[in-house]
Amino acid sequence: MTTRIRLLPSAALLLGAVYCIVPTLWILIASTKSRTDLFSTATYLPSFSDGIWRNIVDLSTYQGGIFWHWMLNSFGYALIGGVLASLVSAACGYAIALYEFHGRKTVFNVILACVLLPQIVLAIPQYLLLSNVGLTDSYLGVLLPQLFNPYGIYLCRIYAASSVPQSLLEAGRIDGASEWKLFHTVGLRLMGPGLITVFLLQFIAIWNNFLLPFVMVNSDDKFPLTVGLYSLLRHGAAEASLYSLVITGTLLSVLPVIALFLSLQRYWRLDLVTGALK
Amino acid sequence: MAARNRAKLPYLLVLPAVTLLALFVVAPGVYALVLSFQARKVVGGLLGGGSKLVFVGLDNYGLALADPELWSSIARMLLVALLFIPATVGFALLFALLLDVPRVKLARSTRLAIFLPYAVPGVIASLMWGFMYLPATSPIGGDHVDFFGSTTVFFSVANVAVWGSVGFNMIVIFTALRALPSELYEAARIDGCSELRMALRIKVPLVLPAIAMCTLFTALASLQLFNEPNTLRPLSNAISSTWVPLMKIYQDAFVDSDVNKAAATSVLFVIAALAVSFVASRTVSRVNR
Repeated sequence: MTTRIRLLPSAALLLGAVYCIVPTLWILIASTKSRTDLFSTATYLPSFSDGIWRNIVDLSTYQGGIFWHWMLNSFGYALIGGVLASLVSAACGYAIALYEFHGRKTVFNVILACVLLPQIVLAIPQYLLLSNVGLTDSYLGVLLPQLFNPYGIYLCRIYAASSVPQSLLEAGRIDGASEWKLFHTVGLRLMGPGLITVFLLQFIAIWNNFLLPFVMVNSDDKFPLTVGLYSLLRHGAAEASLYSLVITGTLLSVLPVIALFLSLQRYWRLDLVTGALK
Repeated sequence: MAARNRAKLPYLLVLPAVTLLALFVVAPGVYALVLSFQARKVVGGLLGGGSKLVFVGLDNYGLALADPELWSSIARMLLVALLFIPATVGFALLFALLLDVPRVKLARSTRLAIFLPYAVPGVIASLMWGFMYLPATSPIGGDHVDFFGSTTVFFSVANVAVWGSVGFNMIVIFTALRALPSELYEAARIDGCSELRMALRIKVPLVLPAIAMCTLFTALASLQLFNEPNTLRPLSNAISSTWVPLMKIYQDAFVDSDVNKAAATSVLFVIAALAVSFVASRTVSRVNR
């Protein structure tokens, strides 16, 4: 009786895990196939000829290796954007949590409203505005709008309030430390674990973003992976041989994030997200 | 000196965020609002004539709202949301409760597997599922079932979205479950309460705030539906270029080059999104109380 009860939850969880992994597994199988095999052989059987290697070579030489350029762009946008957005959020959250100043409440309420405003609906207005100042089709045009992360500020405020004790700051002040020094030596250090989560959330958000770079950038050497693979798919509708490149590109773009994700998983502090902090 | 320093620092710390907020949220919003009241009108005669922006009041809003394409895009978005929201929150809750069963096997590895799609961009997820739906390459019976049929297409789009979001929501609910004190269950266990009863009677009511938060986030995500249908579009004729509201706005702004109408639709959309969030977050905070 008890063993059956224990097995049922595991079986259900396993089913969920299979559902989540199947697309990646299938894309792995599909990328082992040559252009012709892709449409002619049984779809769930991998091909053991040199298909996958040739697909990777084809993809790497496509338009002078533009795929790897997209990969680099994606990492650049997500890494730089993630780090800067976390610092901006940390500074703002720290100030709101630990200081009394004019406009503190207003700033916080406006930021709360921004949490509820889907950022993506701003992408087209942002494009229209930035096209007036010549920032479209540039790295900055993609990067700058993603440095403001209201949810990150909100999380940093909660985290600063719970991890940086006022008494510690007071002690530092008595010792003659400047407010700035207190922020970057005491504040940032104590907020560290929470900041890593804020960084990871924003890294993934930028990595996953499509609409903003899609409207903002025209030249394909500035595309992130999402926009690059989408444009490849669009061309593939006319030229089916590109499909195997899209499939291989999809596989190659999923693998590094999964690796990164697995290696960083112990840094995720999602109790911060649920506000279940004690 | 120290006191003056102390008075200045908070402003300096808030400054970068406030500047970004002004430049990339407020300014685009105001600019879209201005554009939405203008239209490009042809002036001058046949020779040397040009066009200039003139104030047209609420004309663009009238045009936008009278466009049947907008309404059908909203209807399609709602249909997807109707599948997407309950499936995501339901499965997230189910998996979170299963993970919380004492000494359940495979918990760590399955939790990780279900969370992984969160790190896969919607576009990439749509590419993977898109090829799995495509009859020529489908491993899941795409040659027997038409995944891009007039009804099935809603399930196909919703499925990609569910796949990408169950994991994150599961972790949110699971973390909330983990934060509950374990003494809560001991008395119930001594009384012979089954794990199922305990889940339904004790755990679910206690993590209601987390469930409500997941529902709010999922509802917001369905308003922003764009990546999945837009990426599946080159693979199928079942998805039009104005399938959901954001695709419609994109079409107006970049394909039909009617920036002013697109701005009006964007403004309406922002207002709608804020209204949904406001109502939903009020409900969430009521649940929390």
